[in-house]
Amino acid sequence: MKKTHITTTINNDEVDFLCEPGETLLDVLRDELQLTGTKEGCGTGDCGACSVTVDNVLVCSCLVLGVEVEGKKIETIEGMADGEELHPLQRKFVEHVALQCGICTPGLLMSARNFLEKNPDPTEEEVRFGLAGNLCRCTGYQNIIEAVMDAAAEMRGA
Amino acid sequence: MGMKPTPFGTQIPYEEKEFKVVGTNPEARPDAVDKVTGKARYAADINLPGQLIGKVLRSPHAHANIKSIDTSAAEALKGVKAVVTRDNFADLPVQHASAGEIMVNFRDVTRAMMAREKALFDGHPVAAVAATSESIAKAALKLIKVDYEVLPHVIEVADAMKPDAPLLNEEQFTKGVEPAPDKPSNIAAQMTSVLGDIEEGFGQAELIVEHEFNTKAAHQGYIEPHSSLANYTEGGNAEIWTSTQGHFLIRAQVAKVLAMEVSRVKVTPAELGGGFGGKNMIYLEPLAVQLSKKSGRPVKMTMTRDEVFRASGPTSGTNIIIKIGVTKKGRITAAKAILNYQSGCFPGSSLPLCTPTAFTRYDIPNVLVIGNDVVCNRPKVAAYRAPGAPMIAFGVETIMDEIAEELKIDPIEIRLLNAAKEGTQTHFGPKLGPIGYIETLEAAQAHDHMKTKLGPNQGRGIATGFWNTLGMETSATLNINQDGTASFIYGTVDVAGGMRAAYSQMVAEELGIPFENVKSIQSDTTSLGFNFTTAGSRGTAAGGMAAVKASRDAITRMCEVAARIWEVEPDEVVWEDGHARPAGSNVGDFDPLSLAEIAAKAGFFGGTIAGHAEINVTGGGPGFGTHLVDVEVDRDTGAVKVLRYTIIQDAGKAIFPDYVKAQFHGAAVQGIGLALNEEYIYDDKGVMINPGFLDYRIPVASDIPPIETQIVEVPNPLHPYGVRGVGEVPIIPPLGAIANAIYHATGVRMRSHPMSPPKVLAALEEAAPAVAAE
Amino acid sequence: MTDLRYEAPSSLDDAVALLADAGDSAKILAGGTDVLVQMHLDLIEPDLIVDIKNIAELRSIKKVDGGYRFGAAVSGVELMDHADFCQTWPGVMDGVKLIGSLQVKGRASVGGNVCNASPAADSVPALIAAGATATIIGPKGMRDVAVEDIATGPGKTSLDKGEFVVSFFLPERAPNSGGAYQRFTPRSEMDIAVVGVGIDLTLDGDGVCTTARVSLGAVAEKALLVEEAAATLIGTKVDEAAIANLADAASAACRPIDDKRGTKEYRIKVAGVLAGRVAVVALERAQNGGN
Repeated sequence: MKKTHITTTINNDEVDFLCEPGETLLDVLRDELQLTGTKEGCGTGDCGACSVTVDNVLVCSCLVLGVEVEGKKIETIEGMADGEELHPLQRKFVEHVALQCGICTPGLLMSARNFLEKNPDPTEEEVRFGLAGNLCRCTGYQNIIEAVMDAAAEMRGA
Repeated sequence: MGMKPTPFGTQIPYEEKEFKVVGTNPEARPDAVDKVTGKARYAADINLPGQLIGKVLRSPHAHANIKSIDTSAAEALKGVKAVVTRDNFADLPVQHASAGEIMVNFRDVTRAMMAREKALFDGHPVAAVAATSESIAKAALKLIKVDYEVLPHVIEVADAMKPDAPLLNEEQFTKGVEPAPDKPSNIAAQMTSVLGDIEEGFGQAELIVEHEFNTKAAHQGYIEPHSSLANYTEGGNAEIWTSTQGHFLIRAQVAKVLAMEVSRVKVTPAELGGGFGGKNMIYLEPLAVQLSKKSGRPVKMTMTRDEVFRASGPTSGTNIIIKIGVTKKGRITAAKAILNYQSGCFPGSSLPLCTPTAFTRYDIPNVLVIGNDVVCNRPKVAAYRAPGAPMIAFGVETIMDEIAEELKIDPIEIRLLNAAKEGTQTHFGPKLGPIGYIETLEAAQAHDHMKTKLGPNQGRGIATGFWNTLGMETSATLNINQDGTASFIYGTVDVAGGMRAAYSQMVAEELGIPFENVKSIQSDTTSLGFNFTTAGSRGTAAGGMAAVKASRDAITRMCEVAARIWEVEPDEVVWEDGHARPAGSNVGDFDPLSLAEIAAKAGFFGGTIAGHAEINVTGGGPGFGTHLVDVEVDRDTGAVKVLRYTIIQDAGKAIFPDYVKAQFHGAAVQGIGLALNEEYIYDDKGVMINPGFLDYRIPVASDIPPIETQIVEVPNPLHPYGVRGVGEVPIIPPLGAIANAIYHATGVRMRSHPMSPPKVLAALEEAAPAVAAE
Repeated sequence: MTDLRYEAPSSLDDAVALLADAGDSAKILAGGTDVLVQMHLDLIEPDLIVDIKNIAELRSIKKVDGGYRFGAAVSGVELMDHADFCQTWPGVMDGVKLIGSLQVKGRASVGGNVCNASPAADSVPALIAAGATATIIGPKGMRDVAVEDIATGPGKTSLDKGEFVVSFFLPERAPNSGGAYQRFTPRSEMDIAVVGVGIDLTLDGDGVCTTARVSLGAVAEKALLVEEAAATLIGTKVDEAAIANLADAASAACRPIDDKRGTKEYRIKVAGVLAGRVAVVALERAQNGGN
């Protein structure tokens, strides 16, 4: 099958790749570009493990076609830290034991960052509903919520 | 390999002392940074140049004879490099072995991996292909022609036990029944556990309560689908990277089903994205190896979420009858359980492991537990966190609640009255050593949670749980490095990220060096002796035992080197605070030698230093927990909302306390999911119709309230740090606790799971006339 | 999938032309949150995907003749970020906000939600209650259709081959109007409605209901517009007695199936319960001047 040539920006780098029309952005990130930080948990948008942002909108990359991102700006977990400096959310996740096996963590961090950008001073319940699109089976969510609330406070300078 | 405790086991007794590292929360958890930056490598993240993509053709029928398989069209498709079917795998004779908390029989293992005579469940592998792209592999599957003769199927355990049920195996006769039956049956085996005299026990009872409970199959729900990458080299060796809890078990199983020598199979466990007991068995590995052998290229295979649900190892659906007899004062005189468990398409449910847990929280003189292992047309059961125990506790803990109410005794008081403690005779053989059950009950009584006032349609439930800790074979090596750091090479797969931190803590504690100077590294099957899979809550307990033993071994080596340096006898050197010191002033006036100094000189004074542990651990400490839950029931829709949840559990000694609490949270939420919404739903053809996270409803963040935890510590005397396994106990109480809470909110007792809104509403409506009459 | 073609036309005419030439298995792509799922599960195998997100009319949100017209490919998040639209049509937004997680709403469109024709689609009862119409384009030109006439059965619409929805129109709000949508799901989020109810009503100066529309989702082969239920509210002050009648009428209108998400009896019962709860919220919003 003929592949399409796509040029896009990923974590501020200009990137181009070839992909089949039916390949998802998730397939492209993991298989064509070896950016394996974004995970596949279900392939149907039900678990959030593949969350990335496209033009600053949080999406499940398994529900976006690779060919759709021509000229768009994509951010993945690999771009979250600034060199060796972790994002406050990443630090707080570690501090609060908000991850165990870690497979859901990249998706959760991307969702949490996007959520806090839109709602920097949330209540705990708002965080729970805001992150409902990310499934976690190891943590029971408790420490994740605490980590996000703590990171939000730090990011507000509180 | 077997599950019996060996008489040659290793137990290092507990020493009460001041700990410096153990019992604190390390700041720099070794696995965490890679995980939050997306750099941690899980099995699906690993690729080899030139690799092919493998896909599995699965039976769409729940039960069918496979008359023929024609793969010619698939093989001819451009881009397809290999196709395998049952013809590429040897038939194996009956041979039993242990795989985590479940026993397996290799005759069945090979058939579960690839169907031979019959397809026995919807999703059963029938063929596999490897091709140059996923889309070509999928197209190739469509070209494989399988001639199925569809047979009647059976799934629910009660249905499978009926004498006229469709049979999965015409040559299976129930074992463990006298006289031996002459008619084949889906009941593979019956097992019995007896203490005292059950008839007499019930004769002494002044109140007897008996009920039947039904639960559905449920899945471990790990977010990472199974994934395996295999490379078969022309020399006849296979290297495998896979998502597993036990790479040594995978190696053994692969070697067996492919008739290869164990030494020719190398398995590297990737970072694990959740297992909970579901990743102790081979699924894709042998298929990938065989495809790699046939194609001459590496083959990578990953399950879709649909395949994970249909074709990995969900837990047993059950039919359980519990009968408990008590005196008027609430003292239990007798307890009986009949446990009918689905084992899946082949025998081997978790009954041997969970029957001991049935009543072990209580001191009961007369106990009878009868378990029936029943085959049915669904995938072979794998373990799921305390496998089989939550369902039994559902029954036992709700009946205890009913008895308490009938006798007007507080639910915690009645458990205290009957509590198991040190010296209590269990119904599965041993007497209990020191345990913390009573401590958790007393902590529950005193907990703040009990003071919360409840409003209309709200109720509080309590329930308790017990699970043992496995030990088994554990091998580890501790290398002392020239720069003063230590590398702890371990083979007990770190299933949730915290074990390697705990190992580093224990090594640091033993050696007397900072936590940051100890690196725990998970290795493959070539670097260590056999390690049993991480199951049975053994990770920190058994792995930790090995860490301590290897540390003490290394210390002996380091003292020997110091003795050579000082030209004294080895027994004149002691190890304190990370340094070798003369045992007394009479030995000589020598400055203490640090670990770094010894390691730097060791090469000249005898060789490099390593400590070893190659042991079979038999010091597993039983764990007990008490849970409190408040729920609110919407009487018009049956929706149950969890308002508050508290977990109190005896961890023996929490090496990494925050991590222990995190394990409590995770297991309890899995239990809440089981209680409220998770279940396998089949259509009338035996096909699973909810194989996805949309309709297989695991809890989301907004379903769960904040969870409180309290760690109780009654040290396990058979472990140097008093550790008890913690991972499994917390999944046991939620079913019973929530059922009890629903009762106290509405007056309705739920006896089947899940307690989903339609079922709660139906129960409320059925009870309405009775409740109105009160 | 081996013959799949992807096209992203930038004008309505180009899109219509592409679809006119295409076979039966061409698929429109807006947010992809249904189409890509169906492709992943091998339920569909399109040979052509027509991505309509580059067409201006499909992506705009505009005030027109006092009402609102929004493109069929506008995403849930784009609607949520439009403050005035949210304030004017909170009932519609109740439905849109429930289409899925934040990630799903970042892509999912009302056009897709309507045309995928799941009887449980969350935006649909709210739109029907609000009296929304869809503007459709095809080889024969443009036409308007009431949203309740689009779905004909599960996965089936009344659209002809080569047609697609361009935009939705919501008329100017009468004063003292309010609408709301609720659904019942076993989990608090991330679920498909077992029952969905959308109600929109208008009060006169004395607080008496003059118009009402009641729509039920997930209780029939498509979302229903239930006139008998609306009739229980009209002429009343939407008091307890009216709400009890509403609940009965809602339950009576259901013709649900048993499926893995709920039984017939359960859906019938809960439809009545939810109708009552939604009416209360719609009433409050109407009393508060439409918020």
